Amino acid sequence: MPTNNNLPPAPEDTPVIRCRDLVVAYGSLVAVNGLTLDILRGECFGLLGPNGAGKTTAVEVFEGLLRPRTGTLEILGETWGRSDAGDRRLRQRLGVALQETHFPENLTVFEIIRLFRSFYRGGRKINDLIALMGLEEKRNARVGKLSGGQRQRLALTCALVGAPEIIFLDEPTTGLDPQARLTIWQAVEALVRDGCTVVLTTHYMEEAARLCRRVGIIDSGRLIALDSPAGLVRTLGAGEIVEFKMEGEFPLESVRRIPGVLRAEKRDRQWILMVNDSAQTLPGILNTLSAQGMRVDSVSTHQATLEDVFVQLTGKGLGDE
Amino acid sequence: MNKNRERRPHPLVELTKARFLEFLRDPSAIFWVFVFPILLTIVLGIAFKNQGPEKIEVGFLGPAAEELVERIQVPHPEGLKLTLMNPGQAAAALRSGRIDLIVRAELWAGGTPMITYQYDPTRPGARMARLAVDNLVQMSFGRINAVQIIEEQVEEKGGRYIDFLIPGLIGMNVMGSCMWGLGYAIVDSRRRKLLKRFAVTPMNRSHFLLSFALSRLIFLVMEVGFLVLFAYLVFSVRIQGGILTLALVALVGTAAFSGLALLIASRTASTETASGWMNLVQLPMWLLSGSFFAYSRFPEFLHPWIRLLPLTALNDAARAVMNDGSGMGAITWELAVLAFWSLVSFAVALRIFKWH
Repeated sequence: MPTNNNLPPAPEDTPVIRCRDLVVAYGSLVAVNGLTLDILRGECFGLLGPNGAGKTTAVEVFEGLLRPRTGTLEILGETWGRSDAGDRRLRQRLGVALQETHFPENLTVFEIIRLFRSFYRGGRKINDLIALMGLEEKRNARVGKLSGGQRQRLALTCALVGAPEIIFLDEPTTGLDPQARLTIWQAVEALVRDGCTVVLTTHYMEEAARLCRRVGIIDSGRLIALDSPAGLVRTLGAGEIVEFKMEGEFPLESVRRIPGVLRAEKRDRQWILMVNDSAQTLPGILNTLSAQGMRVDSVSTHQATLEDVFVQLTGKGLGDE
Repeated sequence: MNKNRERRPHPLVELTKARFLEFLRDPSAIFWVFVFPILLTIVLGIAFKNQGPEKIEVGFLGPAAEELVERIQVPHPEGLKLTLMNPGQAAAALRSGRIDLIVRAELWAGGTPMITYQYDPTRPGARMARLAVDNLVQMSFGRINAVQIIEEQVEEKGGRYIDFLIPGLIGMNVMGSCMWGLGYAIVDSRRRKLLKRFAVTPMNRSHFLLSFALSRLIFLVMEVGFLVLFAYLVFSVRIQGGILTLALVALVGTAAFSGLALLIASRTASTETASGWMNLVQLPMWLLSGSFFAYSRFPEFLHPWIRLLPLTALNDAARAVMNDGSGMGAITWELAVLAFWSLVSFAVALRIFKWH
């Protein structure tokens, strides 16, 4: 597992996916609206956004499942839809784990991996893959008997049977418990160490922050921010977030004048302040409030995260539908 | 990482193997394909066991009834059961179909009774009962046969109900297992997003569909073979024609119903919708195509249409081979109908098939 002192080698700056002004629509519903993006060889790239933002649609265009209405897309220098044989050649070089795949319940882990392995010309040995994903004990278990985390690991295994150059993971840890999530994260980190390009979608900012070298934030089909996780947090210009819950009207104007308060606003019956350092700024704020006779129900502070960036950019939380 | 190559299994073999294992491990599929037809054969075989011709029941009433019954029963009439009844019983028995004829015998001067026959002439048994009883009555009062008759009774090979039933069951089984084993399985794979998952692999898509055809073929041999063997061992049902001809009939039938099943499955995303369509397609054929009783009972003008149905063609061809010992020449129409359904449905299904 890489640590912060042991970062993966910097990816060569050659794009393996180049898309320009991609528009994808289902009838009159525009799911992806003018996406322009380069994904570089060897990086783990995250598409972050709430449900319905267009993440899955974008990834399905990359995977060749959907055709864009307009715009251009190059995957590993190739284009989808030139010929069936050409598409199949390109698919030899890609690995995919869809948002949900229910493998046949009556087949065993080994049988399913062997089936998927048979579609690819190259790739690893089935038993090595099973060991790599920690599925040895479940090798001969039927899919119907697997836990959610084991199914997700099986899906990931099937995505990498062909030793792909790019692997697409659509919400790989949604609905998993923390332990299962960690196992998947470690597997993805191992893939990136091996030089595989990973494109993942998620609505967990923690996942994006841990795994991704760069993150694109997508909302209502548009890419609204693109940077490293740390870079995105820096754009807030704030180190910490303070949240107040209280009755009555918060004196926004007077609080904004307190030194160290960068921004103050009301959101969903809460008042959110962005500050440089809460330890220095909070006493001043509380004094101002008590001087005006306001009673505070609760105060909480946390380090600024991708979630705050997202809320700042879109006015809604990542978990919101 | 380990770069060693292992022998790569062929995708078509792997896909077929997966289909096969999936089916074998599904208890309900095993029941419907293997156990159910056998149960049906046993139940219907027992219900329609050859107990000789059915007895015709006749009710007698009126003041002279008792004397009349005694008189005509002297030579023990074969195939007739004569019962004395009161008017209420007789009317009820006639209405419910338990008796086919009421004979009312009144006293008449001179020792000859006056007899009234009461029956529903649209019931086939009723006219036979009338003829048989009238014959006995007239002979018991002195009528003499004018011409000497010699009777020869024969039993035709393949003429029993069970002989009629088995080819019909084969047809129904082929239809049903194509619908469920292919149509339902594909829709279920689509619902599970498995088709979509396959679509993003370099899998050759025709391999996928071919694997269904291959696994159908393996099951066909098992299903039909099992049923034919069972019928032979338990009911001594014999194949009068060529066994290879029968195999060809089953094969062409499978091709036709596989095509129909694929057509139903080509765009349907929910298994409920698929079941509905499959029942809608199968139900008319269960009724019309003569699996359990001959379609000649339907009005004449319907016959040409019924003969265009694939299950009719399959049943007729299987019966011709099994019961009449027909060769290929006698079943070209049926084979042509099946081939037509197969070609049309496959052509349309492959054109409109949706992977996701």
